[in-house]
Amino acid sequence: MSQIHIKQGHIIDPVNNINRVGCVYIANGKIISVTNEPAGFKPDTIIDAQHKIVCPGFVDLSTRLREPGQSRKATFKSETAAAANGGVTTMCLQPDTSPVIDTPAVAELIKELAKNADYPQIYPIAALTQKLEGTELSAMLTLKQAGCIAVGNANQSVRNLLVLRRAMEYAASHDMLVMFRPNDYWLGNNGCAHEGAFATRYGLPSIPEAAETIALAQCLELVELTGCRVHFGQLSCKRSVIKIHQAKKYGLHVSADVAVHQLHLTENDIIPFDSNYHVLPPLRTGADRQYLRQGLASGTINSICSDHQPHDKDAKLGAFPETEPGVSSVETLLPLMLKLVAQRIITLEQGIASLSGNPARVLRIKSGALSVGFAADVCVFDPELEWQVNADNWKSQGVNTPFWGQTFKGRVTHTLQGGNIIHCLEKSG
Amino acid sequence: MIENLQLNSKGKLKHFLSIEGLPKSLLTEILDVAESFVGIGDNQIKKVPLLRGKTIVNLFFENSTRTRTTFELAANRLSADVLSMSISTSSTSKGESLLDTIRNLEAMYVDMFVVRHSISGAAHFIAQQTAPHISVINAGDGQHAHPTQAMLDMFTIRQIKKDFSMLRVAIIGDILHSRVARSQIQALNTLGAAEVRVIAPKTLLPAHVESLGVNVSHNLTAGLKDIDVIMMLRLQKERMTSALLPSESEYFKCFGLTEEKLKIAKPDAIVMHPGPINRGVEIDSKVADGPQSVILKQVSNGIAIRMAIMAMAMQKQGVS
Repeated sequence: MSQIHIKQGHIIDPVNNINRVGCVYIANGKIISVTNEPAGFKPDTIIDAQHKIVCPGFVDLSTRLREPGQSRKATFKSETAAAANGGVTTMCLQPDTSPVIDTPAVAELIKELAKNADYPQIYPIAALTQKLEGTELSAMLTLKQAGCIAVGNANQSVRNLLVLRRAMEYAASHDMLVMFRPNDYWLGNNGCAHEGAFATRYGLPSIPEAAETIALAQCLELVELTGCRVHFGQLSCKRSVIKIHQAKKYGLHVSADVAVHQLHLTENDIIPFDSNYHVLPPLRTGADRQYLRQGLASGTINSICSDHQPHDKDAKLGAFPETEPGVSSVETLLPLMLKLVAQRIITLEQGIASLSGNPARVLRIKSGALSVGFAADVCVFDPELEWQVNADNWKSQGVNTPFWGQTFKGRVTHTLQGGNIIHCLEKSG
Repeated sequence: MIENLQLNSKGKLKHFLSIEGLPKSLLTEILDVAESFVGIGDNQIKKVPLLRGKTIVNLFFENSTRTRTTFELAANRLSADVLSMSISTSSTSKGESLLDTIRNLEAMYVDMFVVRHSISGAAHFIAQQTAPHISVINAGDGQHAHPTQAMLDMFTIRQIKKDFSMLRVAIIGDILHSRVARSQIQALNTLGAAEVRVIAPKTLLPAHVESLGVNVSHNLTAGLKDIDVIMMLRLQKERMTSALLPSESEYFKCFGLTEEKLKIAKPDAIVMHPGPINRGVEIDSKVADGPQSVILKQVSNGIAIRMAIMAMAMQKQGVS
């Protein structure tokens, strides 16, 4: 089996407390040593990582690859290439596929699609309730055995709290993680923009913060009642961060992530009626962004996800409220994280931890670190390399991003998944 | 940006989608041009040849009588060929997308679309997507804007009050769902009104409404003090079923404009309403038909304003 030598890079591995120049040695798909050259090591591939950062491959807690059901938007082939281009080596797949991930057949199909795309590390999140309808429990144990890593509600609200309570109790019985996106159906009122000055000016149906915070508060109460392990996904506002902070201080075992665009964009950045800014939860205020950033810096929010949602052109072509929400974002994950480092909001170690070690810990998987014996999931990036978001540098089938045309600093040069080089910048041209 | 989309490189009107981003000078020009069209309705031959040979399509994705009729009349009086389509009952029900509808009509060599749609941003979207020689006039999009209504209101106010700078204007009713109110507020602020006040219960006001440049009152009696212009809004029946208001009668009690309440405003205050009016819900018949009401004047002015806007938007194509 092949041996790979990643040479003289600046290794940052927050889990193992490594932050120094050195080498990573890989054999048989696993990391066999960091820094010290193992005896008899004969690499058949050498990756020159001088002046580059070598870190664990990224673990993305929320993605949509559009298969099964919407291959006109994107495919596993296109989106795993995009993920590799973005340094992501593990992806969690939201259950709102078509059909919904609520039977082992769909979970197995996803595993098969992943294997065919030569990107095996895709973990389906099973639907918390059948068809995500919020009425009947999904067969969580069967789904777990079929490879689902957690259960979740995707963008659907669970309107009936008794159902949510029982789903959480049942998940806890099988020690399954619940990935919950808090959103009260009624308060959300089919809105498409934050309830603030922007939506008021442009007459857009709006979503108050309370749609998120009330659902979050209810779920936190149920965490206490049921003892369920819950990870809150894609938080968007100040009061959510405060609530998570208080819950953790109180002793609840919960964690949270934020979608990377929420750390940069606010309602004031929206170009009027530009559907590329249509995301759920919506872009909120500067104060909300400030708290999300602080929450990340303080560890209240431990992970950044891409919340990758590629779309075809038609999905974004229409009057703003009628377009589909979401950003194709897995390829801008790293540079947007690095921007936070450049702005001194977080350290580079924190940024890398929030993309690798922390989400891996949420999922309880052996990834997100360069530990000896772990699968060699590695991201090598050049922090100084500038690149433009354009068709030449883009792999995702979805070009729906508000960052199109912008120039970013920091680019992934190599991505290794289980020791396989799934992305190499020089070769991909 | 909306601003760039509406004006051509010389700062002339190309599309008319929203009051936002249009300078005071342009709004004043619209009012002045409309002034020159006012007499035409009284002539024996009610036509000017400004848009002869041009084809205007009224695309109404949402029902309307008044707005559509005045747009039709305005186009006729400018000698344009007019086609009016009510799309809610034809292509969209067959699954055709908005863009496909537009593309098909474009292929029929039209020069202007007048669009009404129930979704905010629809006119803006059409203006972005349509061929460069076609002008788009927004005849109301969702809860966003109804700029020709706002301009005919400004025209009516100017006719009577002459100057905006001393005026205190109250807009009363369902601001939350009203595209008319949003455009009125922007027009009044651009034209320099001394104060714009919105009067409504909290359930009918959008979040951060003061960011639009208005003062807020939840009490009609207090809110009408010192007011020169009263702009009523129509109250839709479905507001009762969606828990925004308890009943029509309670609304009338709190926010209905009666003769008695009207006395609180300045003695020469005028009463306006974009129509259609709900007598006994937002306005008492005695006020609607009374001496201070200018509601029918607004309707007549609608034709002149729409002629002015259509003529100006076509001017960029070399029609003088």
